[in-house]
Amino acid sequence: MVSRIKGIEFKMLDPEMIKSLAAVRIVTSDLYDVDGYPVEGGVMDPRLGVIDPGLHCRTCGSGIGDCPGHFGYLELAKPVINILYTKAIYKLLKITCSKCGRVLSKPEDNKKSKDLSRNPPGKCPYCGQEQGKIKFLKPNTFYEDKEEMSPEHIREWFERIPDDDLKRINFKGGRPESMILTLFPVSPVTTRPSITLESGEKSEDDLTHKLVDIVRINQSLRENMDIGAPDFIINDLWELLQYHVTTYFDNELTGIPQARHRSGRPLKGMIQRMKGKEGRIRGNLLGKRVNFSARTVISPDPRISINEVGVPDIVAKELTIEVPVTKLSMNEVKEAIKRDRANYAKRPDGRRIKISSENKEEILENIAEGWVIDRQLKDGDMVLFNRQPSLHRPSIMAHKVRVMPHKTFRISPQVCPPYNADFDGDEMNLHALQTEEARVEAAELINVKNNLISPRFGGPLIGLDLDQISGVYLLTRSKKKFNRKETSAILSKAGIKIDLPDGVAEFTGKEIFSLLLPKELNMEFKSTSCRQCDSCIKEKCEYDSWVKIKNGKLLTGTIDAAAVGAFKGKIISRMHGLVDTDTIRKFIDNAGRLGVAFMGQRGFSIGISDLDLKDDIMEQIGKRIVKAEKESNALIEKYNNKELEILPGMTASESLETRILNVLAEGLNSTSEIVKEHVKDSDFIVMVNSGSKGSLVNLTQMAACVGQEAILGQRIKRGYYNRTLPHFRQGDLSAAGHGFVRKGFKQELSPTELFWNIMNGREGLMDKSLRTRKSGYMQRRLVNALQDLRVTPSLAVKNSNGHIIQFVAGEDGVDPSKSEWGDVHE
Amino acid sequence: MPKHEILSDKEKKEVMAKFDVNESQLPKISISDPVMETMDASPGDIVRITRNSKTAGKAVYYRVVVK
Ligand SMILES: [Mg+2]
Ligand SMILES: [Zn+2]
Ligand SMILES: [Zn+2]
Ligand SMILES: [Zn+2]
Repeated sequence: MVSRIKGIEFKMLDPEMIKSLAAVRIVTSDLYDVDGYPVEGGVMDPRLGVIDPGLHCRTCGSGIGDCPGHFGYLELAKPVINILYTKAIYKLLKITCSKCGRVLSKPEDNKKSKDLSRNPPGKCPYCGQEQGKIKFLKPNTFYEDKEEMSPEHIREWFERIPDDDLKRINFKGGRPESMILTLFPVSPVTTRPSITLESGEKSEDDLTHKLVDIVRINQSLRENMDIGAPDFIINDLWELLQYHVTTYFDNELTGIPQARHRSGRPLKGMIQRMKGKEGRIRGNLLGKRVNFSARTVISPDPRISINEVGVPDIVAKELTIEVPVTKLSMNEVKEAIKRDRANYAKRPDGRRIKISSENKEEILENIAEGWVIDRQLKDGDMVLFNRQPSLHRPSIMAHKVRVMPHKTFRISPQVCPPYNADFDGDEMNLHALQTEEARVEAAELINVKNNLISPRFGGPLIGLDLDQISGVYLLTRSKKKFNRKETSAILSKAGIKIDLPDGVAEFTGKEIFSLLLPKELNMEFKSTSCRQCDSCIKEKCEYDSWVKIKNGKLLTGTIDAAAVGAFKGKIISRMHGLVDTDTIRKFIDNAGRLGVAFMGQRGFSIGISDLDLKDDIMEQIGKRIVKAEKESNALIEKYNNKELEILPGMTASESLETRILNVLAEGLNSTSEIVKEHVKDSDFIVMVNSGSKGSLVNLTQMAACVGQEAILGQRIKRGYYNRTLPHFRQGDLSAAGHGFVRKGFKQELSPTELFWNIMNGREGLMDKSLRTRKSGYMQRRLVNALQDLRVTPSLAVKNSNGHIIQFVAGEDGVDPSKSEWGDVHE
Repeated sequence: MPKHEILSDKEKKEVMAKFDVNESQLPKISISDPVMETMDASPGDIVRITRNSKTAGKAVYYRVVVK
């Protein structure tokens, strides 16, 4: 029968419960006898559970793994405080009567227990008893009118508190006297297994050490009480017992010296086991280690496909996949064993045999249907590949294995964007899938080739990058004709296996690129290099920026980032729906290699002198900057004379700052225009125009002027008293004194200018680390809130209770990953 | 303010059938909501809200009127 859990109530263990849970009464601090067997009545008593393989539990009869372990109990000679409840004890002492135990206010007074404990009445409204002043001295001493209260005394006090009064003050978790321990629950050995060291010596768990201390001191206390030892001895032992019980629960309390192991390492208390990142909750329940996984550094391999992953041979030897031995698999299995590509053989009786060169002949003879072998990873296996932080679905995708030498995972540089990976030491995780269903599901649903389009914005996550884009740009732009031999040379260098059409003697760059395009492709669009002319003349564009593809032939236009780039590539997004994803995959592979191959043949080089400008141009630029500075000085003078026009919603100085920023930005813009016009044609320009890397801003900053360095979007103003640096006068408002860099990187920056630049760089660094932490937490909260929402067949979004969140998913019912930038075609 | 209309009993049944939900699984709107005070609604009614949408142009939402 299935029934629903209504609720769970957490309560303190009371003495009756402790006794009824227990299988053993603990009476001795000895662990093992001279023969090494656990002593009965000790804290390793065999009735507390089994931790040795092959043995059966004396209490429940089950073996290791099935026996849950059983509690024992220890009768404490004198009660001690449970350190985890000192706050509740303190509060209860303050608001109850020391004589009759009633709450120090009548129900009709309607007083909250919080107010009561903050301001306890001096007199009991029931019996009239004057109340002493209760003080709590951390960690575990209570005073009533400066007289120390013994745990016994507190316990008796709590026993007098009536149940009804407890209910009134909303005291939960059972009777309050359970907060003072008289019986001590001894945890099952399964919760503190001992480990046998290689030397054969036994090493006990921290909790066992702690329990031994508790039992030993408890015994000594009892003996001393029995012989009527003097009070100071009894009290010392009692305090020691309290210390051991306290540190058993929590060994990181302030004011209590940590209990230490013989080696000097602090022991782990109950709290330490649960608390924190590596504790039971966050370390073991919310996150677990997984088998059949591997992690190593990633490095690029542009020759493998986007849906492959290069796996180091040493990793492939370690990761295995179970293969059942059947008629069909027999040959494969035997071959794997023969070639040492299988690690274990499992017989139908469940025995696992490690396959070695000594026993493989024997295994080969005996192997039969019904056996299962653990076969090593091999080429073509589908595995999951992941890079943390896994912020979106494509952070985990399925790749096809290619076993390779050396010790890094190899991936195509084109799959970096979805993982947000680079090769500056990034590591990634790989998971070998263990069932046939999982492998098929992965190969279909999360295969890289089926996740080219972002489920977020409907554009391609994967495309060409950097030199790949520059390469195809140069190829499709060049006027050069390539004869059949030259064409073949480029294609073979790129590793592209395509037959050249017969009867064509020469190919243009566009025609070579067209070889990769599917015949079904027809589209027209503006490329990155488009100059956004007022009226576009399309095919006749003098910059060849109008891309026109007809039946898979590139007729006009240059291929660049807008066509094939990651996050942008229009060709890639359009190919979806026209051809199958494997064709798109091959296109991306080939286009990238074609670009690099052509670039290798043409050559590609940049140098700082590419940004040299003629002297008269530099002079012109200098004048522009001086003009901008003059304008800002004029503003400053106006401000000083209180004549500055104040902008709406701003103070005078805010208006000044905004105006200065605008004036200087305008100055920089006009220098940008000059640079754009006069910088000589170089491979820098190729990168900027093709959209592969860099922008006009970068060129301007190198060639002519860095411009304003801003902190928090403002001119730099912090630093010394009334000035930014000692190089300036107090109250100086000039551009140069507040972060304006008039030179370009190629010229020399002045010391102060360099300082502005570094300040800006540092802000970027701090910003980056702060932002990632903030957005990471935000992401976690969102994911936790939204993780079990789902889209139903009616397209409504519902939560797990069937409550409707949205009537049509995304309001338009469109799955972006099946769309072209959110739009549905046809 | 987006358009709010109270559904007829027939429409109400259709909506609940279409989305396979009962009244408690629908989003709610309080009878004391300023919008509801402009119309003659009683608890249990369903209002259709037609809003402008960034993705779809117009988007329809339903809320059940509650006390
Ligand atoms: Mg990195
Ligand atoms: Zn057992
Ligand atoms: Zn009293
Ligand atoms: Zn144009």
